[in-house]
Amino acid sequence: MQRFLNNPDDLVDETIKGFVKAHRDILHLNAENHRVAISNAAPVKGKVGIVTGGGSGHEPAFIGYVANGMVDAVAMGELFSSPTAKSFHDAIKAADGGAGVAVLYGNYAGDNMNVKMARKMAENAGIEIATVVANDDVCSASFDEREKRRGVAGEIFMWKIGGAKAALGGSLSEVQAAAQKAIDNCRSVGVGLGPCTLPAVGHPNFKIESGTMEMGIGHHGEPGIEVTKLKSANEVASDMAAVVLSDPGQQSHAEYAVLVSGLGATPINELYVLYDQIEKDIVAKGCSVYKAYVGNYFTSLEMVGASLTIMAVDDELKHLLAYETNCAYF
Amino acid sequence: MPSSFENAGSGKIVSAIASEIVANKAYLSEIDGKIGDGDHGINMAKGFGKAAEHITDQTSFHDGLSGLSNILMNEIGGSMGPLYGMMFMEMATSIKQVASIDAAHFELMLKAGLEGVVSIGGAKVGDKTLLDCLVPAVNAFSDAIKNGGDFSASLTQMVLAAEAGRDNTIELLAKIGRSSRLGDRSRGVLDAGATSCCIILTIMATEIKLRFKNEV
Repeated sequence: MQRFLNNPDDLVDETIKGFVKAHRDILHLNAENHRVAISNAAPVKGKVGIVTGGGSGHEPAFIGYVANGMVDAVAMGELFSSPTAKSFHDAIKAADGGAGVAVLYGNYAGDNMNVKMARKMAENAGIEIATVVANDDVCSASFDEREKRRGVAGEIFMWKIGGAKAALGGSLSEVQAAAQKAIDNCRSVGVGLGPCTLPAVGHPNFKIESGTMEMGIGHHGEPGIEVTKLKSANEVASDMAAVVLSDPGQQSHAEYAVLVSGLGATPINELYVLYDQIEKDIVAKGCSVYKAYVGNYFTSLEMVGASLTIMAVDDELKHLLAYETNCAYF
Repeated sequence: MPSSFENAGSGKIVSAIASEIVANKAYLSEIDGKIGDGDHGINMAKGFGKAAEHITDQTSFHDGLSGLSNILMNEIGGSMGPLYGMMFMEMATSIKQVASIDAAHFELMLKAGLEGVVSIGGAKVGDKTLLDCLVPAVNAFSDAIKNGGDFSASLTQMVLAAEAGRDNTIELLAKIGRSSRLGDRSRGVLDAGATSCCIILTIMATEIKLRFKNEV
């Protein structure tokens, strides 16, 4: 392993410390709980609070989306492991401006349990809570079992839309509805070319043989739907586009916000190569790209690979997507 | 005279469990790595090890369990934090007012712990989780008591059922959590949660037997 490490057990805390120093103009740590980061503007009195959280190792997610007009407070767990219920609760308290708090998070067993417990604690303390669970990863379950799908990079659009709705004065149920609409309109797919390693474990816990690729891989290396010979960039891009564009619910002539994210160890230039073909395929379907985002938005340690997320947008979503934020990564 | 052990001063039962979890850190991570992300041992050892640091000869069994629960729920997270956190919290609550814990109290404690896991987890027996160890173990203890077994013999039955339940997870298809995404590929390996649950119950039984004050 050629990695920048001190003690692997300290990696998460050291990451957070560095992040809040580098972005001290945007956010700070909770004084009592160093696994919770809070926007400098939060809590805003009378505004619905936006909270998210998840395992570490996906940087800049989740901490990087704490900003005005996006996420007010974030709870962070160990690498690839859900934050504690206490951290979710502390994030909720920090985000609460008296108008309720929307917890917008991804569909994973640990996060579901910890949010459920945090919700109970917060409601007992008199904070009104609404949740939206992201389930945009197409290959993780069939469309009929959509509630089983994992949440991946579509979460970023969910935070942006929910965060903007809250900043514009939306009520808790309006913020929940907007965030739900965003994630309902999202479809994502990941492709893995190389695995990742939890530093404390020391070796990859899944394999991608040299010369092969795994279509539909999850953000933690969850197996995809197919392992094939490594194809050309254009073929991979077209395969990815086909997965998301052929999932039920896509309208003809749809307009999409498109996000192509590296998984950690893929050069940015290759992401643009993928994007070039992805946009061609979207246009060939009679659809169009409203706005594109290409870069490392939601990673998986040093996994080699990329994810594609499309979100069908209407006037409301376009307006919320364009709403101002001081987010360092969006 | 039926067997029982004192709640006061029995916190070291939890320390013994923690030592065994820490000793199995690499093993638990290894089996988790086959169908999960390989951090079960790391996170379990972190939580249990930290809880053991606060336990002295004066710590009660209740305080040992409840201290462990607090650390798992407040500092560990993941899936195991809430699942074991709820299990130990409900176990601790059920014996809070009990000075001398006999087989009937222990049965209630096991059942409370099981309810704690079920209340938060949403898994069923057969889903390849720690419940596949815990449920048969709790049932075996209850059945043994019902059939006239004493506390010690019933603990032995509990451990045997826990081991069989753990081993049974090899054949099971994972239906919940990260490993459920593997489909058929989740067969053929032990479930890490069922394995750690078996360690917990086994050491708890051994340590309780060492503390019986009124042997029959």
